[in-house]
Amino acid sequence: MLSTYQYQKFEYRPPRELGSGTPVRHPVVVVGAGPVGLAAAIDLAQQNVPVLLLDDDDTVSVGSRGVCYAKRALEVLDRLGVGQPCVDKGVSWNVGRTFFRSEEVYSFNLLPQPDHHRPGMINLQQYYLEEFMVKRAQALPSLDLRFRNKVVSVRVGDDGVALQVETPDGTYPVEADWLIVADGARSSIRRMMGLEAEGKIFMDRFLIADVVMKADFPAERWFWFDPPFHPGQSVLLHHQADNVWRIDFQLGWDADPEEEKRPERVIPRIRAMLGEEHEFELEWVSVYTFQCRRMGKFRHGRALFVGDAAHQVSPFGARGANSGIQDTDNLIWKLRLVMEGRAPDRLLDTYSDERTYAADENLLNSTRSTDFITPKTKTSLAFRNAVLGLARHYPFARALVNSGRLSVPAILADSPLNTPDEAAFAGDMVPGSACDDSPMRAQVDHFWLLERLGNRFQLLVYVDKPGDVAQADALQALMSGPLPVDVILVTPAGGRSPHGFRVFEDYTGRFAERYDARPGSAWLIRPDQHVAARWRVVDAKRVRQALARATCNPE
Amino acid sequence: MGLNLNLNFGEPGRRYARAYTPGDDFYEALIEMHRDLSDEQSVQANARLILLLANHIGDLSVLREAMAIARQDL
Repeated sequence: MLSTYQYQKFEYRPPRELGSGTPVRHPVVVVGAGPVGLAAAIDLAQQNVPVLLLDDDDTVSVGSRGVCYAKRALEVLDRLGVGQPCVDKGVSWNVGRTFFRSEEVYSFNLLPQPDHHRPGMINLQQYYLEEFMVKRAQALPSLDLRFRNKVVSVRVGDDGVALQVETPDGTYPVEADWLIVADGARSSIRRMMGLEAEGKIFMDRFLIADVVMKADFPAERWFWFDPPFHPGQSVLLHHQADNVWRIDFQLGWDADPEEEKRPERVIPRIRAMLGEEHEFELEWVSVYTFQCRRMGKFRHGRALFVGDAAHQVSPFGARGANSGIQDTDNLIWKLRLVMEGRAPDRLLDTYSDERTYAADENLLNSTRSTDFITPKTKTSLAFRNAVLGLARHYPFARALVNSGRLSVPAILADSPLNTPDEAAFAGDMVPGSACDDSPMRAQVDHFWLLERLGNRFQLLVYVDKPGDVAQADALQALMSGPLPVDVILVTPAGGRSPHGFRVFEDYTGRFAERYDARPGSAWLIRPDQHVAARWRVVDAKRVRQALARATCNPE
Repeated sequence: MGLNLNLNFGEPGRRYARAYTPGDDFYEALIEMHRDLSDEQSVQANARLILLLANHIGDLSVLREAMAIARQDL
């Protein structure tokens, strides 16, 4: 079907448990090998936690489906070892243009700041992302990935989970201490557990066409309201890898999905849009509706819900897969600490608290975009068109144009895991925010800050010179114990630490600028690269208190 | 002071991490104001809203400037 992508069938092997009748108990079972389930399993396995990943299919996503991967998701994928192939294969873009009827009314640039490793957004067909992740998963010795293994029953008890798994060769039982549910928007595990995701369905239909063409359009996101070639509706154009272009036509609720998918219907629509001079081939067509909804909580005892199984948003803003990947980023370090007895069980409740907060922000923003893009009444259409008409000339109206507020990480500013500031800081690095990147150097080695953060607690201490460390002995003591903190000095001067700390040279000054750093300032960073606490004067005792707080341990 | 045409929404004392948030907050409230109203009722609600805001602004030179822009290109 697709001319640019060859689907690989992943090998199914009969599980050794078949026929033995005795269930094998696994520390963690992940159900669903889409991008989110794969992210969860890779994260665990690369930290040497054995994980069983089950998927009912034996190939990657059919059709390109998810397209846009945002900066924060790429940073998580970097930590998982798959960011680079995604960025290499994907199309990086920062500029979006919005048109009303035949005129451009507004454009934005996602990443006006220089000196970030990753771009604001890349476009990449979902099957490539999954292929890269499967490859990474299969290279990890602690990860057991089984295709055509479908969970047909689930029982969640107080101290574990019991599953029945169906394969082409029969059914076998599996037990697990923990279950991560990543089986998508129509989650069968959620249904089998009698749980629901509540929300609303939007009364509109959209046609997605992926076409192959050689065109010299720039790598930008183009969005049309009420264009001459598709009057009264909206259209979105995105550039993907291999000269594949995603076109998304709003059709209205009354459209007949089967009729609209026929090439005889689709091709004239695209020709009207692109003009006669562009030759193209249809690669994939689909008609979709969408829902905005989420589960009340994402943790149900030993079962932890992630991605679309936990929450669904409209596609405007690319807040689906991006937020799912961030779910696992938030969950896995907590699960690992609880499994290892280094944090109490209730740390896992904060996974639900923090990620339902993020889901609500994603739902709010994507619902607002949807309401702007598809006005439901004469009055809302009048306001929408008034905004677009004014946007040509007046900056305030440009800011109101909402064709999707593109995925950015939620700032978990109210999380109880944060230690509130005692001193004033400028800038965005408030406790609860994902760390901004910046270029760093150690001797001749150049790297990005985020490449060296993650998977454990870390303390960044900003000093004028590497020797100027207050409490050096007490800070060194933080590096051992049940919850070790990796202490790193950040300095504009470079050089070596006489106390043996690692030294990162902030040779561009971006770190100082983005973190509002002054000599003596320090930041406690969570294993998911979020700021847990910050101080103007570093003090080992306070670091220990903040560490306890960030892990739900007694202070 | 003439008519402010730059983005000007916000609530005193609130810090916004994303620049679009206060504008989107306003727009949602505006659409919400019309919920369950008939088209005729919506026209009335809009008229009242304009009158209330015009009185609040008060400065006739600002209002005349806004009215001139509102009529353009229709």
